[in-house]
Amino acid sequence: MIVRILGEGQYDVSDAALDRLNALDAEVEAAVEASDEPAFRAALKTLLDVVRTAGVAHDPATLDASSVILPSADASMVEVRDLLADDGLIPG
Amino acid sequence: MSFAAPRSRPEGAADPMSLWKRFTLIFKSKASQALDRAEDPRQTLDYSYQRQVEMLSKVRRGVADVATSRKRVELQVAQLEQQQAKLSAQAQKAIDMEREDLAREALTRKSGLNAQIADLRTQHANLQGEEEKLTLAQQRLQAKVEAFRTRKETIKATYTAAEAQTKINEALSGVSEEMGDVGMAVQRAEDKTAQMQARAGAIDELLASGALDDVTQPGGGDDISRELDSLSSAADVEAELAALKGGKSAPEAIEGGEGGDILRSESEKVESEDEGRS
Repeated sequence: MIVRILGEGQYDVSDAALDRLNALDAEVEAAVEASDEPAFRAALKTLLDVVRTAGVAHDPATLDASSVILPSADASMVEVRDLLADDGLIPG
Repeated sequence: MSFAAPRSRPEGAADPMSLWKRFTLIFKSKASQALDRAEDPRQTLDYSYQRQVEMLSKVRRGVADVATSRKRVELQVAQLEQQQAKLSAQAQKAIDMEREDLAREALTRKSGLNAQIADLRTQHANLQGEEEKLTLAQQRLQAKVEAFRTRKETIKATYTAAEAQTKINEALSGVSEEMGDVGMAVQRAEDKTAQMQARAGAIDELLASGALDDVTQPGGGDDISRELDSLSSAADVEAELAALKGGKSAPEAIEGGEGGDILRSESEKVESEDEGRS
């Protein structure tokens, strides 16, 4: 499965890591539901770290679409919400 | 906004993350909307390629803008450090002239600059990080754009308009993600650069007006310099008088002369650094 971390590029992550990622994703989601910014940042950081360590960088010279797109490590909860609400991604 | 979408516990690769699945879908749909569509799908390839090339030059400009901002901050740190060195020299000179009050004032002002310098150093690290990220983003987009160009030519040579649609969609979805990602990175860098420029402009104005001398005492002017100058010119006159009378220079003359040289050589240093960086 190809996972993109925004601002970093794509990673190939083996399906064996899915359970771990799901558990971490549940933590991120719980933090968002509780509007707990510090918990959100910590959980997101751990999630991204697992993608980076369990995955390998996907060849950038391909046109493969990602299965999952994750926000960048320094994204705040507000930025994530903005992205979900915003109109466009590409400036100009 | 609610993120409380129902979670499924997947057995395999399908539907791995509910929150991020939503994030992913929205991101992809927005990114693909940004690419133009044409009636002949093969024309879509050309339109899209044009957008990609435009985005590449936008990222390049972004990298250059961030680098310019970073250099400006570097220059300002150097200028503030010169200011501190000048205040140190003034404090030393004041001590030599047994004016502890002036020395204390100079040192107080000097320490007042620490916060400014620390703030600029943080901004500098920030801009440097942004510059590195944007440079990498540029390289990734470059790789995708080159892959797209090759694919585009293959598709146009191989398929009829009717056949090409699926292949084109595949190529577009891969590149539109990168475009969306890079677009956000450029936007973010532009925002940060604009913030920095506003703050850097304020510090430039302060430096130009000499008001940084008054950090701890607004409205004071560079009174330390003026007072020390009048003291040292009095000392110089006395020394020269003594030299004329005795035919040799008095120790005070050497002291006063050295203090003046330190101050002068610093302002020269600032100017030569200015030239070196511009």
